[in-house]
Amino acid sequence: MMSDLNKLTIAEARDSLRRGDITSAELTESCLTAISGAGALNAFVHDTSQLAREMASAADTRLKAGDAPAMCGIPLGIKDLFCTRGVPSQAASGILDGFRPEYESTVTSKLFEAGAVMLGKLNMDEFAMGSSNETSVYGNAVNPWRRKGDDAALTPGGSSGGSAAAVAADLCLGATGTDTGGSIRQPAAFTGITGIKPTYGRCSRWGVVAFASSLDQAGPMTKTVRDSAIMLGAMCGHDPKDSTSADMAVPDFEAALTGDIRGKVIGIPEEYSIDGMPQEIRDLWADGSEMLKDAGAEIRWISLPHTKYALPAYYVIAPAEASSNLARYDGVRYGHRASLAPGDGITEMYEKTRAEGFGPEVQRRVMVGTYVLSAGFYDAYYNRARKVRTLIKRDFEQVFADGVDAILTPATPSAAFGLGEMASADPVQMYLNDVFTVTVNLAGLPGVTVPAGQDAQGLPLGLQLIGRPWEEGELLNCAYTLERAAGFVAKPEKWW
Amino acid sequence: MSIDTSTAARVAKLARIRVEEDALPALAEEFNTILGFIEQLGEVDVDGVEPMVSVTPMRLPRRADEVTDGGQQSRVLSNAPDAREGFFAVPKVVE
Repeated sequence: MMSDLNKLTIAEARDSLRRGDITSAELTESCLTAISGAGALNAFVHDTSQLAREMASAADTRLKAGDAPAMCGIPLGIKDLFCTRGVPSQAASGILDGFRPEYESTVTSKLFEAGAVMLGKLNMDEFAMGSSNETSVYGNAVNPWRRKGDDAALTPGGSSGGSAAAVAADLCLGATGTDTGGSIRQPAAFTGITGIKPTYGRCSRWGVVAFASSLDQAGPMTKTVRDSAIMLGAMCGHDPKDSTSADMAVPDFEAALTGDIRGKVIGIPEEYSIDGMPQEIRDLWADGSEMLKDAGAEIRWISLPHTKYALPAYYVIAPAEASSNLARYDGVRYGHRASLAPGDGITEMYEKTRAEGFGPEVQRRVMVGTYVLSAGFYDAYYNRARKVRTLIKRDFEQVFADGVDAILTPATPSAAFGLGEMASADPVQMYLNDVFTVTVNLAGLPGVTVPAGQDAQGLPLGLQLIGRPWEEGELLNCAYTLERAAGFVAKPEKWW
Repeated sequence: MSIDTSTAARVAKLARIRVEEDALPALAEEFNTILGFIEQLGEVDVDGVEPMVSVTPMRLPRRADEVTDGGQQSRVLSNAPDAREGFFAVPKVVE
């Protein structure tokens, strides 16, 4: 049996499985061994190893019969935000303690129907609210990368921090993530992997614990662009159970990876050059633009004038939607219920349950959302933010109408920071992590991050490409071209 | 725009989250930081701009008004903290 099967990419594993060189059982066992040795990363938080072995065995039967789909037999980690039938699914929140869904999310159903294997559930920020995986009821997930000569524990980013850490440390071949303001792309950048948030409506939201429904999208987090193309294809498609799911055919994203972007127009938005951006990030951005130019693309400076207002608009819209979505956690139908004092009525039950079950960041956002939707403030905050959102989307529509095919930006304003480093900062400082990614959610566009370099301390840095709606194939082809040119092959040195 | 502790208490009440009296000043301060950040939206000229309803232009799908699911009482109740005789049980609501 080959060693280190867990280090394969999805594409390599698919080909080896189809040739019969390896079995899914061997591949799955290799990942389970890697997971059991990686407790220090705190990436996997619910063990489904028994289920994984059964799924692997079923996948091997299909593979032997021939004609198995691309994802057949591929071991994955699943973010805890996805409801998985009979398996704890608690969005890293105490309020969903003990919750075992009676149903399977559409995205995981599709992956499992394609033969993918679930290794376990992955750590994340509570209800996907966070940029560092520090708001999780399971404790911090830890980045497998460290600064050179320094053993300080770093954040893998958030909210899909467990997914990012698991993929970067080769604990699984790929992982599901979700992205409301940058929660796939920022952690992917912090851990040197690839992640794509598809166009809003591409992946069904059914069975994914809701945070901000007009912004939430699921997507893959993988070791390569090709793997993202393969896995995304298995995740998306129309679902009548999600009224915002697009009734459109799913193209073959992998077939779009030609590496030919000659004549494509790549926009560089001047507004993304923000004050205080580290020189390393500026250099990376300029290098990325040079690489795309060398590949035959035309580089064009563009303007997205409302960029500055994206984060403030997001911090009205997302908490507003969250306050409404999270109203369902009341201690009645599922999850945690506070123990009550004699004489306590139903209001006390709600208030105590929610105070005990929600962590501080979730409480904060639910209350901010409640405030911006309350009588007298609805117009000033919520409606104004929705108008600004219209303007942000219009900025993108304008540049696409002018012939821009994709937009290149940095993925994050810094490399991964230390766990606990932001503890004394005010909440807004943490929100600034999403400054380059949040516009994409507000405009409903596809966005992908690709590892493109390392900072002076050896930490990975990523670049983001933003595409036209529904053109994930073309976007992934640009990302593939960038990936090949950047030649990022570094891996974290194993310390865990 | 500044949030005082009584406003913070009112918001907590509306959100049905118990916040102890001594935690209110810190909460009010956090609200003020976040709202101060949001205030920037006031600079934007939004005259004549429609508030976004749907990020992708779409018509809400419709289907025939008929029962498509049901008869799953035990599964619906399987995660309830307290379920009795086929119902969710809660503290007394009406005196």
